[in-house]
Order: sequence, then structure tokens, then C-alpha cells
Amino acid sequence: MPEKTCPLSSQQVVDLYFMEHRAKLLDIAAFLDRLERADGEAGLADVRVRALNRAIPLLTDQASDGQADRVQKILELLSDHTTEPTPAAHTQSALGADPGTDY
Amino acid sequence: MAYIDPHIHMVSRTTDDYQAMAEAGCVAITEPAFWAGFDRSSPAGFYDYFRQLTEVEPKRAARYGIAHHCWLCINPKEAEDPVFAREVMGLIPEFLDKPNVLGIGEIGLNKNSRNELTILEEQIELAKQHDRLILVHTPHLEDKLKGTRITMDALANAGIDPGRVLIDHVEEHTVAEVLDRGYWAGMTLYPDSKCTPQRAVDIIECYGNERLWINSAGDWGPSDPLSVPKCHVEMRRRGHTQQLIEKISLENPLTFLSQSGRFELGN
Repeated sequence: MPEKTCPLSSQQVVDLYFMEHRAKLLDIAAFLDRLERADGEAGLADVRVRALNRAIPLLTDQASDGQADRVQKILELLSDHTTEPTPAAHTQSALGADPGTDY
Repeated sequence: MAYIDPHIHMVSRTTDDYQAMAEAGCVAITEPAFWAGFDRSSPAGFYDYFRQLTEVEPKRAARYGIAHHCWLCINPKEAEDPVFAREVMGLIPEFLDKPNVLGIGEIGLNKNSRNELTILEEQIELAKQHDRLILVHTPHLEDKLKGTRITMDALANAGIDPGRVLIDHVEEHTVAEVLDRGYWAGMTLYPDSKCTPQRAVDIIECYGNERLWINSAGDWGPSDPLSVPKCHVEMRRRGHTQQLIEKISLENPLTFLSQSGRFELGN
């Protein structure tokens, strides 16, 4: 079990943050619904959406129960894990998911 | 309470923001050189930018009792062309002795390319030659983990004392490695990317309060120049002590930045 580093009780965490995160959960659901209602298939196959679909199960992954490491695992899933510098920068921006990963 | 925002781009902010920050308790800021949202067409554009950072912003900040400091460099987004980058780097020594210049920053990587790394290594060397502190920008999103590791390796290869380097924009997947290797770590409070105030406080709870600070990195994009005091509110509502808040937002930045011999608090 992780160290109890949050000064709040678990009930206080629920009372303080539940509504905020209920809203965020509904935003994700609405985003996925909006994708299905939108014309064309390209967005559904976009690497960012594929990565998101891989990340969502990590929220309830039993391997994280008691580890408090869900954010770290999701960030690692979304990261480029190669180690050598890329030959050249062809863009200045980042996507939010690694285009080189087979999500 | 008095606090320091150790990373904010005031050239992109209004004077009203200075007023709001002063009213919220901000007594000092540091402003790293960064990408303006577009690529500058000539080194002369950087010359004027460095004048703005060393001459104009300190006066604007002083009107609100805020001490203004800065860091100089060519940012990684404009470092893909090494010839151009070296011309800009050639301008920096002229400004290094200005009283508000703390060091070289925010240097680092953007897309983790070979040219970006070459220019990063040369700017590390510049800081080393002039015995200056270093402020590191780590890449965005999917590039952060790899870029953070390559940057720390480059600093180690150059023999830089990690205690004189702040590695910024850490998140849950990079903070432990940065701290374990002896560097200072900065958490940037952004609404969409990097850390929210809630996650920043989570990281403090999980990784402790040594060599760690928070900043707004307020700029021309979605950002909030008052995110640092808003994070203090988040700490208070969880029951954290005033002593801890002051450690993160005053004592820690003061300790790191004072190594420059030039850092001071405002009125």
C-alpha cells in the first residue's frame, strides 16, 4: 500500500473532489460520443484516440489498486520510449500520444 | 503571503497581470527566454528580445514592487537550424552581465532531435564557461520522458553540478528520476497540459518538498499568471501548513536562485 501522504481522510477526498471528477468523466464520455456522431472514420483511427482508448482501462486496472500510480502509468503509455535523438525535427508541436507506438 | 513565481513570460502578459500578481503576494519573478509563438526571422529579433528582458521588463515589474530576473538562450523550438542558433548564442555574452540575468535558460529539447541536442550541449558549455545557473525546459507531452533523460545525460556528460540546474515542467513520470539524479525540479501549472494545481500538490505529497518548486509559466497560450497562489489555496484546503506552502513557493526558489549571486526579492 502507498504511504498515506495526503493529509485528508478518504471520505474528505470524496467530498471535496467527487463532483469535479464526475464532470471530467462525463466530458470524456461526451467526447467519445461526439466522435461517433461526427462524419468519417479518420478521427476514430487517430493515434490520439487509440491511445486514449488504451489509457482508459488503466483507470480501473487492478494492478494499480493500492499502488496509486495511475497517472504515471498513463503518462508512460502516452510517451515515446525510444532513447536515441531523432534525425531531425519535422514539426514543432507534440500530439499528446506517441505516433511511433502501436496503440 | 509573499511568494516567488520562478517561471513566467511577462513579455506576453499585460500590466494588469503584474498588478494582480502583486496583490496576490508575488515579490519576485524569473523570466526565461522562450519561443514567441512564431519563429523570429533574424538574430536581430532576439537582440531586441534580450533588451526587453534585461531593460524593459525589470522597470515594468518594479512599478508593482516585483523584482524581475531573467534567463537568456535560444529556445529549443528555434534551435533546429544550428547556424541560426549559433548566431543568436553569439549575442548572449553581451547581456550576461546585466544585473537581472541569472543564467542560461530555458534551454533543452523540443522534438528531441540531433540538432536540438547539439545546440543544447553548446548552451550548457556556455553556462559552464560563465559559471551560470541553468534552467531546463523539458519537452511537451509524448516527448517529455525521452527528452528529460537525454537532457540529464547531456548535463552529466558536461560535468555540470546538478544542484545548479532546475529541470522544469516535471510530471509524475519524470519527477522521481530528476530528483534522484540530484537536480532541482519545477512543476508548471497549466490548465490543459503539464500539471494542474491538484496534481502538483499530489506530487509534493508523494515526492516531498526538497528541491521542488511550482511556477505558472504564464505566457501567450492557455495559462494563468495567478496559478501559483491558486495552488496555495489547493494546499490549504487539503490541510497543508503555511510552513510547507512557504517552503515550496518562497524558501526553495530563494535557495536555488540565490546561487546566482544576483537574485533579490522585491518590496
